Amino acid sequence: MSDTQKDMILKTVGLAKRYGGVHALEDANFELKAGEHVAIVGDNGAGKSTFVRQITGVEQPSAGEIYFDGEKVEFKSPIEARDCGIETVFQNLALADDLDVPSNLFLGREERYFNLGPFSILNERKMLAHAQDALRTTGVKIPDLRNKIRNMSGGQRQCVAISRAASFASKLIIMDEPTAALGVQETAQVENIIRTLKSRGIPLILISHNLRQVFDLVDRIWVFRRGRIVGAVDRSKTDGNEIVSLITGVKAAVDAPDFA
Amino acid sequence: MTEVANPTKTSEALPVRRNRPAEINVLIGLLVIAIVFEILGWLVQGQSFLANGERLRIMILQVSVVGIIAIGVTQVIITGGIDLSSGSVVGATAMIAMSFAQVSTYPRAVFPGLTDLPVVVPIAIGLGCGLLAGLINGLLIAYTRIPPFIATLGMMVTARGIAKWYTKGQPVSFPTDSYAAIGAGMTPVLIFIAMAILFQLILRYTIYGRHTYAIGSNEQAARVSGINVERHLILVYVIAGVLAGLAGVVLSARGLTAQSGMGVMYELDAIAMAVIGGTSLAGGRGSIVGTTLGMLIFGVIISGFTFLRIDAYYQEMLKGLIIVGAVVLDVYRQRYRGRS
Ligand SMILES: Nc1ncnc2c1ncn2[C@@H]1O[C@H](COP(=O)(O)OP(=O)(O)O)[C@@H](O)[C@H]1O
Ligand SMILES: [Mg+2]
Repeated sequence: MSDTQKDMILKTVGLAKRYGGVHALEDANFELKAGEHVAIVGDNGAGKSTFVRQITGVEQPSAGEIYFDGEKVEFKSPIEARDCGIETVFQNLALADDLDVPSNLFLGREERYFNLGPFSILNERKMLAHAQDALRTTGVKIPDLRNKIRNMSGGQRQCVAISRAASFASKLIIMDEPTAALGVQETAQVENIIRTLKSRGIPLILISHNLRQVFDLVDRIWVFRRGRIVGAVDRSKTDGNEIVSLITGVKAAVDAPDFA
Repeated sequence: MTEVANPTKTSEALPVRRNRPAEINVLIGLLVIAIVFEILGWLVQGQSFLANGERLRIMILQVSVVGIIAIGVTQVIITGGIDLSSGSVVGATAMIAMSFAQVSTYPRAVFPGLTDLPVVVPIAIGLGCGLLAGLINGLLIAYTRIPPFIATLGMMVTARGIAKWYTKGQPVSFPTDSYAAIGAGMTPVLIFIAMAILFQLILRYTIYGRHTYAIGSNEQAARVSGINVERHLILVYVIAGVLAGLAGVVLSARGLTAQSGMGVMYELDAIAMAVIGGTSLAGGRGSIVGTTLGMLIFGVIISGFTFLRIDAYYQEMLKGLIIVGAVVLDVYRQRYRGRS
């Protein structure tokens, strides 16, 4: 393995996903370096969310390989990806509306007093304390953490989802359109959390339709079109026009990444 | 609906808003209904409805067997499922458990060689039959993705068939004294209370409880959070089955006889108790405290009808109305919570 591959956090080779006859993702060769923040952009239906589901173990790819942190991985479930340090904010808020903030933060990895299998007693005090810490670190202010998610605004919910990912992510964090449903100020808050992650050195894959946001936040932009990766360009070497023409297909594929 | 959040406001600007527990509303409902019957009692019958220990005792005894089922049904509904099989499972387990509880002095025992057995045998068999029914429900629902409504409807018909086939329709009678003791006096009520406390605590304080609410709230979120949804659903249906089996044991012991028609329509009564008690058919919401209050509302209404000498036919129709009314109330609640 060459030196350039050593600091590669995530790499996919020929990744593909078919749903029946629908080729949602084809021959995706993607890479992400240590500490790097990248964006994935593309029209609706371009295969962005499908790509995320393949690399996070939510679904199994139809073809191709995934290398994470230098090793070939085949995540059979989201929990396996999570145990490797990958945290994901899925497009449709993956929160349980009828639970409060700590319960959502710790969903599937609850703190317990002693192990009685499913009947283990929850350590609610510890989870509440951790939740307070997690929200403080990400700068999210929620007046009452014991309140159910259902009673919160869209921005608060999204901040909870992002804080959950940010506080547990050790290797990689993925956000699928995290600000699509948010207002201006809430979007700014989410962007601040992303900047904090950058300073902590945690790699990020951000899926977004907001080109202003993409150019503000990331180092490199990956363009998906009709299930294929049609471009990967450094932010400093491109502009909005080029990205838009790649998204729409006005401009043909550029810079197919070179895996030599 | 004045508190609907303005999406552009910052989070600090939002008012702290925590709904009062649904159980409080149910408790108020219970008190109002009890007071209405009290007033009607003085107006129509010239006597108190509530200040009658014997009436209250019979009322609680009547509902507590269905209450035991409702504890399991509540958990199933919280996951977003439904269990239509519980009444039939009561019938089948009543027959089967009783057949292992008969005395040797009764000449026509189902298993003449297996009489006078220690009481743990019929209890274990009864709970085991309930467990098996719940396991089949759970496996069907978790792995074939058959809707819970259909899977448990199949079990409802099958278990009733087993109850009838088991003795070709003959009742099973003459249990041992120790088996009869399970249903004697207020023991069924004590069993209900023990189960209610146990499962209220489990739902509120254990991982099992938290995951039950999470699955009903957002199954996809539960899945991507790493919860083994299939395994959890199986466990929930198994618990519901065991509780239905327990109810079958208690009911047969109380009646000193088991008949294949036992428990008919109990599943609907149990669902009604849960829904009246604030459990949402959409999943994610409910509690055993709520269901217990729902059970008491159910009991007060039925007992109130009898007290007012309302004809049994009308009683059945009114019971139907209560069940439909509870579901309508739930739909109405869901519409409101969707907007908050
Ligand atoms: N579970 C599925 N079954 C069938 N088709 C799907 C499924 N998920 C996504 N698709 C299809 O795959 C394509 C890519 O979808 P998606 O990854 O959601 O796009 P994006 O996130 O870029 O908007 C679309 O044509 C979509 O209809
Ligand atoms: Mg998408």
